[in-house]
Amino acid sequence: MLQLQVNGQTRQLDDDVDPKTPLLWVLRDHLALDGAKYGCGIGQCGACTVHLNGKAVRSCQIPVQAVASQKITTIEGLANDGQLTRLQQAWIDLDVAQCGYCQTGQLMSAAALLAGKPHPTDADIDQAMSGNLCRCATYNRIRAAIHSVTGRITAEAGKEPIHVAGD
Amino acid sequence: MLQAIEARSHAMRGKSLEQTDSATLGRRGFLKMAGAGGLALAFGLRPNSAIAAASDAGTLNAYVIVAPDNSVTIFGTNPEIGQGIKTAFAMIIAEELDADWSRVKVETAAVDPKRYGNQSSGGSMSIPRNWDTLRRAGATARAMLVAAAAEEWKVPATECSTDKSSVIHAATGRKFSYGDLAIKASRQAVPDASTVPLKSRQDYKLLGSRVTGVDNLQVVTGKPLFGIDVRLPGMLYANYTKCPAVGGKVSSANLDEIKTLPGVKDAFVLDGNGRQEEVMPGVAVIATSTWRAFNAKKALKINWDESQASKDDSTKASAKARELAKEPGDHVIANVGDVDRAFGKAAKTVDAFYEYPFLCHVTLEPMNTTAWFHDGTMEIWSPSQSPTRGLTQVAALLNLPEDKVVVHQTRVGGGFGRRGTNDFICEAAAIAMKVKAPVKLTWMREDDMAHDFHRVAGFHAFKGALDADGKLTAWQDHLITFTADGKQPVHGGNLPAAEFPVNVLANARTTQSMMPLMIPCGSWRAPGSNGFAYAIEGFIHELAVAAGRDHLEFRLEMLGDPRWLKPGDPASLHTGRAAAVIKLAAEKAGWGKAMPKGSGMGLAFHFCHLGHVAEVAEVSVDEKKKLTVHRITVAADVGPVINLSGAEAQCQGAALDGLSTMMGHQIDIEQGRIKQLNFADYPLLRMRSAPAVDVHFIQSEFSPTGLGEPALPPVAAAVCNAIFAATGDRIRKLPLSKSGYSI
Repeated sequence: MLQLQVNGQTRQLDDDVDPKTPLLWVLRDHLALDGAKYGCGIGQCGACTVHLNGKAVRSCQIPVQAVASQKITTIEGLANDGQLTRLQQAWIDLDVAQCGYCQTGQLMSAAALLAGKPHPTDADIDQAMSGNLCRCATYNRIRAAIHSVTGRITAEAGKEPIHVAGD
Repeated sequence: MLQAIEARSHAMRGKSLEQTDSATLGRRGFLKMAGAGGLALAFGLRPNSAIAAASDAGTLNAYVIVAPDNSVTIFGTNPEIGQGIKTAFAMIIAEELDADWSRVKVETAAVDPKRYGNQSSGGSMSIPRNWDTLRRAGATARAMLVAAAAEEWKVPATECSTDKSSVIHAATGRKFSYGDLAIKASRQAVPDASTVPLKSRQDYKLLGSRVTGVDNLQVVTGKPLFGIDVRLPGMLYANYTKCPAVGGKVSSANLDEIKTLPGVKDAFVLDGNGRQEEVMPGVAVIATSTWRAFNAKKALKINWDESQASKDDSTKASAKARELAKEPGDHVIANVGDVDRAFGKAAKTVDAFYEYPFLCHVTLEPMNTTAWFHDGTMEIWSPSQSPTRGLTQVAALLNLPEDKVVVHQTRVGGGFGRRGTNDFICEAAAIAMKVKAPVKLTWMREDDMAHDFHRVAGFHAFKGALDADGKLTAWQDHLITFTADGKQPVHGGNLPAAEFPVNVLANARTTQSMMPLMIPCGSWRAPGSNGFAYAIEGFIHELAVAAGRDHLEFRLEMLGDPRWLKPGDPASLHTGRAAAVIKLAAEKAGWGKAMPKGSGMGLAFHFCHLGHVAEVAEVSVDEKKKLTVHRITVAADVGPVINLSGAEAQCQGAALDGLSTMMGHQIDIEQGRIKQLNFADYPLLRMRSAPAVDVHFIQSEFSPTGLGEPALPPVAAAVCNAIFAATGDRIRKLPLSKSGYSI
């Protein structure tokens, strides 16, 4: 029986899970963690991005048996004890999402970038984020949101405040 | 969470709801209001939801519930496909309701034709069709709260005002929160929606401000919002394989072998009903997980009968179009003035042939639907742009009464027109009829691209006449498009008779020829316009260059005096609004400034979907044809902006979508088969190539209109015109990658 370390918890997989199943489908269909998304199945779109030992990886390309003992973090585990990260809050404040389907992958790539480079340049952002497609093309705001958590003032962030509806 | 909500809403469906309905109807009467778009609206009805069922108190109409804790729940009726409609609709209601936005919760409404008419998102029509209805939904609810307060205080309602979810009696300094009034307000008579007072624009507090999307918290925490995230107890997973050439039928398939594969529960053939937009023949595989279903699909061996299947070939069609371009065209679309005479008198004539390819949509969430046939009812969860029509289609397909089909709309992971067609709903429903369990159909990306409803390719043979002063005196456009039935162009291939510049010139003729096509075509963000604007605005620039004139000045002159071509008709070009956005885009982009060698600016304007949009692109091109787009400046007039944040986002996204498409997107068809099946062959724009998009609005006094589409069509021409300004290279064929450009 395979075990996974996901978001700080040990998760047992049923015996009928094929060890070759990509991590993406184990997360989604067997562990009910739907944040990582299927977009292409060939590692081209980045919608399935999760962290493996802190690095952003494409979960559609990794057989689950290859990561059994390693530390996996998904979007569901990004917030600390329910407290949003500054990055997630910036995504809300700058209203980054349009359809939103790719945004969990975008956030995981951005979080991995910031963990390694707390003050990324535009070129760093280009490099770290160009593996994540956004069909709605929210790239301007993704860039602004990443910069905003590093204290860089952006044109977007300088505008009037965003109103937030009740939860 | 989604599952829990859906389970509850299912539980309350049936008898209890019917009883509640008639009781509510009896008390308040059934108000039919001929709103914009002819929607019959029941302001006297409660929402069809678990929240409304939980308590009778505070339900003011089918859109608004006020709870005793002073929270306000607003129901978003139209599919959220990324265009921000769930937020925008709620803002319109909240504005007229004078609700405290920080206490507003927005829920997705049930798909319910009786309450909400046709719930669909497409054509940038959600705002113009619902603007009046939604304002009146908010205003009537507000009037009921005021009436309740006035009754309580025994003062005339006219002495009461509202602000931030409170009713105030200024003369005596008294105040009730909406929560205090919830129960009493819900028992007030519903006021006449057609005469209820509406706010003046200068009194708006919320509309026009920057509001973050109401689902953003769920999006950034990865909550299950989308169709593909639906999970039901005991659910199985399906994939459906159709003939790669549309119209092919299953002769035989290795079903027995497939059924022995691990995790495969069943495999069967569906004959379908032969409708491309519903169910075509194919093989369904039912498995215990998506991965098992995908794997089984790869092991499928199907012999197709392709005797009736598509033999379409896009390369051959392209060559044929070039031949047809030499002819005048089979059908005259518009003929104004005396075109031949004007060409005879021309000081200079210019000819050009433009072409653009077939496209697919590639919404990032592939087509999917979950369906469950139980207790005589087909229950469906689907990311559709057109769920109401989906309900009707499924009922007809399965021969069920419409009240035995329930459709839940989920958040939609991108629409772009693809999900206006409900083939994926119909397939899931047909499969679920044969499976004694809930079943989630998920298409692979390769299915999604192979079986799209494509943007049709187009070809334009242009001719323009200039007089000695460099004025455009005659215009000719022969559009070569495709037809499925031999009579009408396919979707998106219909050039309107009044398409610019025919509608402003003294002499103009547009004609059309058609080539047969079996591959289905459908709505693709700004149908028609997405190709026409590229070709027309590019050729206009060619004419300006031939006339030796500044493009901006030439373009403005073509518009003539400011006038509404058909006064009062929002679907008609307003040359004054057009000129204003063109001037604004040019000014903000710094039109006319000195540019270094290899750099240039390009301008384009297009009117469609009721929106006037001008764009300027600033580019540079190196010796290896590497294109850098430095900035795209967008100026739009869609009337008053509802949500400044969402409106800006739509313009930014549309501009970059247009750039992405013009750079590298082309669908090739060979033997009826789509050749590009995943992102490796269909490169979307990535972060490193995405320029800044500056957006400016002229918030005119016209009624507000939609923004999902109108900011896309000008981009391709603006960029191509900029490339010409930078290099002298005229791009008459898209995508740019076919001419050696990269980004």
